[in-house]
Amino acid sequence: MPRERLDEPGLGLTGVDWTRVSSKLVWTELITTVLAGVVVTVGCVLIGVVSGGPGETAGLVWTLIGVAIGIITLVTAVLTPRRVRAIGYALRDDDFVLRKGLMWQRFTAVPYGRLQLVDVNRGPLDRVLGMSELKFVTAAASTNVRIPGIPADRADELRDRLVELAESRRAGL
Amino acid sequence: MTFRPGPPPPAPPAPNRRGNAAAAAPLTDGEWHRLHPLTPLLRGGIFLVVVLGIVVNNLRDTLFETFIPGGGSREQGDPVRYVWEHGAFGWVLLGIAVFLVVLIGLFYLSWRMHEFRVTGEIVEVRSGVLFRNHRKARLDRIQGINITRPLIPRLFGTAKLEIAQAGNDANVQLAYLGAKASDDLRQRILVLASGARDEPEEATPGRQYSSDGVVSDRVYEFLSPELDADAVHATRIVKVKPGRLIASMLLSGTTVVILALVAAIIVSIALTGEYFLLVTLFPAVIGSGGYYVRKFSKSLQYTIADTRDGIRIGFGLVSTTNETLPPGRIHAVSVAQPLLWRPFGWWDVRINRATNAGNGASSNQQVSSIVLPVGTAADVRQVLEIILPALVGSAVVGPEASKDRLREGSAEAVSVVDDSLTTTGDAGGFVHSPRRGRWLRPLSARRNGYRFVEGAVLLRLGAVWRSLVVVPLPRVQSVRVEQGPLERLLRLASVHVHTVSGPVAARVGALDARDAQRLWSGTAERAVEAAATDTSHRWRSRGPAAADGQEARTTPDPHPAVPQAARSALDVPPGWQDVPGTGAVR
Repeated sequence: MPRERLDEPGLGLTGVDWTRVSSKLVWTELITTVLAGVVVTVGCVLIGVVSGGPGETAGLVWTLIGVAIGIITLVTAVLTPRRVRAIGYALRDDDFVLRKGLMWQRFTAVPYGRLQLVDVNRGPLDRVLGMSELKFVTAAASTNVRIPGIPADRADELRDRLVELAESRRAGL
Repeated sequence: MTFRPGPPPPAPPAPNRRGNAAAAAPLTDGEWHRLHPLTPLLRGGIFLVVVLGIVVNNLRDTLFETFIPGGGSREQGDPVRYVWEHGAFGWVLLGIAVFLVVLIGLFYLSWRMHEFRVTGEIVEVRSGVLFRNHRKARLDRIQGINITRPLIPRLFGTAKLEIAQAGNDANVQLAYLGAKASDDLRQRILVLASGARDEPEEATPGRQYSSDGVVSDRVYEFLSPELDADAVHATRIVKVKPGRLIASMLLSGTTVVILALVAAIIVSIALTGEYFLLVTLFPAVIGSGGYYVRKFSKSLQYTIADTRDGIRIGFGLVSTTNETLPPGRIHAVSVAQPLLWRPFGWWDVRINRATNAGNGASSNQQVSSIVLPVGTAADVRQVLEIILPALVGSAVVGPEASKDRLREGSAEAVSVVDDSLTTTGDAGGFVHSPRRGRWLRPLSARRNGYRFVEGAVLLRLGAVWRSLVVVPLPRVQSVRVEQGPLERLLRLASVHVHTVSGPVAARVGALDARDAQRLWSGTAERAVEAAATDTSHRWRSRGPAAADGQEARTTPDPHPAVPQAARSALDVPPGWQDVPGTGAVR
């Protein structure tokens, strides 16, 4: 059975230039994933040891949970570069399109007139690497469009451009 | 809205302060007006009555004993008796009197300081004595105007008017106004908000209220039906029959849960022989009884009417509520059928709105999102004919078209929805899930689908719990197409059309990947087109007036990155604080 990826012809996105995010995002993503993974894994294994080690049922279950989380973390970490490469955005004539995800692919289109505000967020890791995260807010809470890993000056520029576009196409809610 | 903890702003010139909301005088003349004089009594007076009641109750015992000595037990610790016995009665009386005077004075002051005004662009309310609160709301952002008449204020001939705005806790409340004044004010605000420049004069004449004395007025008001069709220029009205309402409530999921609970208790009694378990039955029965009575009394006299300024939804027997939704304020519509209603062919109609009416209280939120609590397919058709012309029709033929043209524009959507309530497969022109979609939608694969009509996208969902979702294209906020690993294996994908949050979720899954992509790109494209021509925020403005709200917006916002907390001020272009006089629009 042929597997079909979403961005094959049919989406009307052929000929769209995707702007990829900075490859430095891999580092922030890796650090957060590995940190969280290690903390949770160690926590689970510790609880397992405290509750009697692999000999007891409770200890065994906790250890297994820890191992499973460790494996998931490893897989996520290995796939991180590909996942970061999969993030892309494009400014089309009338809307903004964001693509994200490898396993769970998603494409979101936000018409410019629907943008209520554009946030620029910078965490400590982002600041070290000179990156920003753009966040869009529309009247729908479920829109939830975040684009991490945009170079800081580019992010400000993009924000101003988007706000300008939104202003020129403003409609009601 | 601004919050000013400082000295109150200078009072406007004295002659203008004559305005009294109790009179049906025009309240939209751009001057400051006060609320109904009974407001302090209705808002804070209950507290006073309670205190008075406690004092009188204690006093009564004491008085009884003074006149009938020996009757009743002489318990210790009654403050009134203590005071009486220690001869400090005069002082305490004086203290109470001073307290009352101060309290009444404060209430009076807060009433004096609570003012509102309506101009051509905004509604403003300022209140508070020490902490001033000043709130402005743009008229073209009004999501609905709600008039509530709870029992007590209704007895006094007053009503609460609430102007719903987009966002959390962004509503403007005017409690309380005279009943007639609030109806009048709502109509005038809607006229102003609609941006109608050629305001026909028929709105004002013929609205002389004759009074035959206070009591007979009240009695008349209580006996008259909830909806007076002539007064609101209603052209079509759908009523919900009380019998069907009761039946529909009894046939809800809640009933099943309650019955299961009762059955479980009875079975456990039968098995264990412990009859004390019967005690647990009572709270369940009483609680559920109360729930049904409350729900029922709220939904009695339910009417949906098509008026000149939008859809009017009214309900309630003792405490009545009615709300007017201006056109274009509905973001999504769902027509759904709970499983138990299926044998009777009943449906309900719910909508998504950009507001939390009623102070975010959950019950009110629920009520304000239900358009039709229960109805047959014919009722559904009528309701759709009321709500869709302003939504879909205005997207097709433009909002300034006449009512008939709007109706024509939405006719396709109405008939497709009406025809497709129970269909499956290709009927009705729907693109539905492919055969392999059965892995994810075992029963509904043949029903689960979408279709575009002019001005809207329709989703047909569910074979067991059937529903039909209509999203008007000018209200689409964004669109997403997604595919998980399982869906990729089956070459399926799902599409989520984002609208403002509410009970309607426009999400369709297990579509063929290509169909899903077509839906995604089609919706994105059409939504942009539809939004560009949409002027429903000023729904009755024609020609140049349409640009009225736009001119202030050309200045780019220098500080776009507003924190999310400021979302209630959504989309407020700079400079609108400069309030033009009423003449600007009318």
